[in-house]
Amino acid sequence: MNGVVGHAATLSALLLAAFGAVAAYLGGLRRDARYVTAAQRAGVGVFALVALAFATMERALITHDFSVSYVAQVGSRATPLFYTVISLWSALEGSILLWALILSVYTALLALWSRRHNAPGAGVDPYLPYALGTLLCVNIFFLLLISWPANPFRPMSPIPPDGPGPNALLQNSPFMGVHPPLLYTGYVGMSVPFALATGALLAGRLNPDWPKLIRRWTLVPWTFLSLGIVAGAWWSYEVLGWGGYWAWDPVENASFMPWLTATAFLHSVMVQERRGMLKTWTITLIVSTFLLTVLGTFLTRSGVLASVHAFTQSPIGPFFLTFLGLVLLGSLTLLAWRSDALSSEGRFDAALSRESAFMVNNLLFAAFAFVVLLGTMFPLIAEAARGVKVSVGGPYFNQMSVPVALMLVFLAGVGPALPWRKGSLELIRGKFRWPTIVALAVGAALAAAGVRAPLAWLTFVLAVFSAGLLVIEFAGPTSARHRTTGESWVVALWRVCASNRRRYGGYVVHAGILVLAVGVASSATFRREREWTLTRGAVEQLGRYQVRLDSVWAVHEPNRDGVIAATTVSVGGRVLARLNPRLNYYKSAMEPIGTPAVRESLREDVYLVLLAYTADGTHATIKAIASPLVAWIWLGGGIVGLGALFALWPSAGGAPRRDPMPELGRPRSRPVSEARV
Amino acid sequence: MKWQRWAIPASGLPVVAFLAWGLTRDPHTIPSPLPGKPAPGFALQTLAGDSLRLSDLKGQVVLVNFWASWCLACRAEHPVLIEAAKRYRDQGLRVVGVAYQDSRDDARAWIAERGGDWPIVLDVGSHTAINYGLFGVPETFFIGRDGRILYKQIGPLDKEVIDRWVPKLLAAAPGTAGVSGTGAPADTFAEGRSAGHVRVSPEFPTTGGTVRPK
Repeated sequence: MNGVVGHAATLSALLLAAFGAVAAYLGGLRRDARYVTAAQRAGVGVFALVALAFATMERALITHDFSVSYVAQVGSRATPLFYTVISLWSALEGSILLWALILSVYTALLALWSRRHNAPGAGVDPYLPYALGTLLCVNIFFLLLISWPANPFRPMSPIPPDGPGPNALLQNSPFMGVHPPLLYTGYVGMSVPFALATGALLAGRLNPDWPKLIRRWTLVPWTFLSLGIVAGAWWSYEVLGWGGYWAWDPVENASFMPWLTATAFLHSVMVQERRGMLKTWTITLIVSTFLLTVLGTFLTRSGVLASVHAFTQSPIGPFFLTFLGLVLLGSLTLLAWRSDALSSEGRFDAALSRESAFMVNNLLFAAFAFVVLLGTMFPLIAEAARGVKVSVGGPYFNQMSVPVALMLVFLAGVGPALPWRKGSLELIRGKFRWPTIVALAVGAALAAAGVRAPLAWLTFVLAVFSAGLLVIEFAGPTSARHRTTGESWVVALWRVCASNRRRYGGYVVHAGILVLAVGVASSATFRREREWTLTRGAVEQLGRYQVRLDSVWAVHEPNRDGVIAATTVSVGGRVLARLNPRLNYYKSAMEPIGTPAVRESLREDVYLVLLAYTADGTHATIKAIASPLVAWIWLGGGIVGLGALFALWPSAGGAPRRDPMPELGRPRSRPVSEARV
Repeated sequence: MKWQRWAIPASGLPVVAFLAWGLTRDPHTIPSPLPGKPAPGFALQTLAGDSLRLSDLKGQVVLVNFWASWCLACRAEHPVLIEAAKRYRDQGLRVVGVAYQDSRDDARAWIAERGGDWPIVLDVGSHTAINYGLFGVPETFFIGRDGRILYKQIGPLDKEVIDRWVPKLLAAAPGTAGVSGTGAPADTFAEGRSAGHVRVSPEFPTTGGTVRPK
């Protein structure tokens, strides 16, 4: 029953999406509002049908309906309810169903939103129908996948009495309930700016409000993608037991590359908005972002590259390749066809300006994305060119990306400090004086404290410098407001930030990136690791921590068996934490899956992994890792999310308000546009 | 001007063609120079205490199975091996187990519990594993009557792999350099199910580690 309902829902959604796409394109071509309205309704209808399919699959999973192929593949009566619910995205077919659901949510949102913009009476502006049509075409592709080659609703015969349960790694941590939905919401959401860009290209012109619009529709998925990537890193840290959080695995890169190009886009679109420049480049970035999401999915879901995340070899490879080819050739053709409509209006006035900082930023992000793409694709390229199997590991990526990342840390503070058009050296000297002094003082203190790693040292110093510049961006207007209005500092700061959410939200995001960079540099450089085989009661030393093995025991749970090593971590005789790293044995996994035990703190994490034990419980082999400031990565991710949320939050009163105080050195003649960025 | 503009979209075609070629490749295939080459010889002590040389088995079809008592995938593989040894024994199949990074007592207890009547040798110092370029356990080398390796299974054996290779090896006349149609070394190489394969040096640790005796 569930299988029939689910499959019928996906098939109907497919037909409706196809109908909606045709109606949307016709509506745009003929400028006929009736077609457009039909397409908008179809967009909402597709969402309703996919939501029905999704709910049906959840019901089948929860009720253990093993007549549905996907449930037979990932379900198990012994799996706890929470993991049963999230097992929907534990394998290929289900993850595409989740993808289709998120895509249909965005489609319905765009449809409802464009309805307001194509009010009856007003003429049809073809670019929104074209965008909706394009988004519906993307829907068609994913609905085609779950209707046919990756259909999760296939009937099972005979019906198995029980299933193997989801992938053991998925069952091992509640993070799996958070990381994939966040990441997918970001990843899939990049289809919307792509659709808006395609719509504009098809219509042949960029409306004046286009940059603002597409920026908003990009910032939402960008925020989710950022959070999803950080959540994935955290998951990797908490679950995989190697004490790291990023391994440059193809799937990690697949999520990171679109993030890089989308970040570049969010910056270049501001230049376009302010100065009417970089239009072709901006559109290229947003098209690349979408292409990279499709390419990343193709590479990791079709068995072209080996990856820890890769699902089993699946037949969807040729489908993804066809889709990728269509999108690639189609958007390149569109860009070539419409390049005349995208000529620049403004010009660069000076090397020392915010525009040029944005340009450098964009070059760095694009170079970063290229470096990651090259490293990810290199095994395939090497096999094609020389017939050899190679794997590209961390050293390549680290060597290539650290210099770029350092320059970005520097720009995170310098960019916001530079004025538009032309900066004066005096202004820069004034703004840069204190951050430089503080950064150098911190650098000297770090060197005196014995920090001998040059790259980590440089990261800290640059982060402090940039943070200082950002503080001045907040402090300047706040103190001016405090002086003139007599408001308290806190109220003044809040009013200043609320007066220009986009700008100050963006600066908060920059601050989060700085915190994250410090966490990465510190935990990667100063991590200490030891491995001991401990007898019960024995104590070993890692840095300032004493680790004692108290006991080893076994537990039996419905879906798994576990062995736990109980340890006490203390510092100078004072007990800091009792940590219980464990090894879990799942039916669906040949090897035991570890659950590390972590004592997290802002200063330093203590991370214990149970590697082995003797059956009589007298000995356990434990790996202990101390990573300083690793929690700053998660903290930085959280700050990024809050900043982005602040920037997205609609201002009270709808329209963006003006700055109460014009900033030093800014031309007063353009106050309206000043207020935007 | 006109054709130059269309050069941009045309540049997408090689990319698509390249990716299409990529689809035909299996990234899990691990290259090895061993197929078609003579199997590296060894002389090791069996668990029973006798000495066993690979060269003593020359002229027979041999499966050299690297395993360990601490390896979980080997447990899953073991019944397959027992079944194969029984079914093909009369036709002349010989199985040799090589216990990798293991202790004599552990290996002996493991075999006593799970059965298996073929000789097991202890690879003290892992020299044999190094000579065979062992990637992890379990790994099984299919050696023909002429002493050449014809196929290497990475990861646990299954019935399908046994039935595909063993009859071919048994059917080949002694002294021929392999079986027709199966000699193309690189193509015949495939990794078994990587899920159960314990790598010697994992590039990316996916689990908390392997249960090791020490």
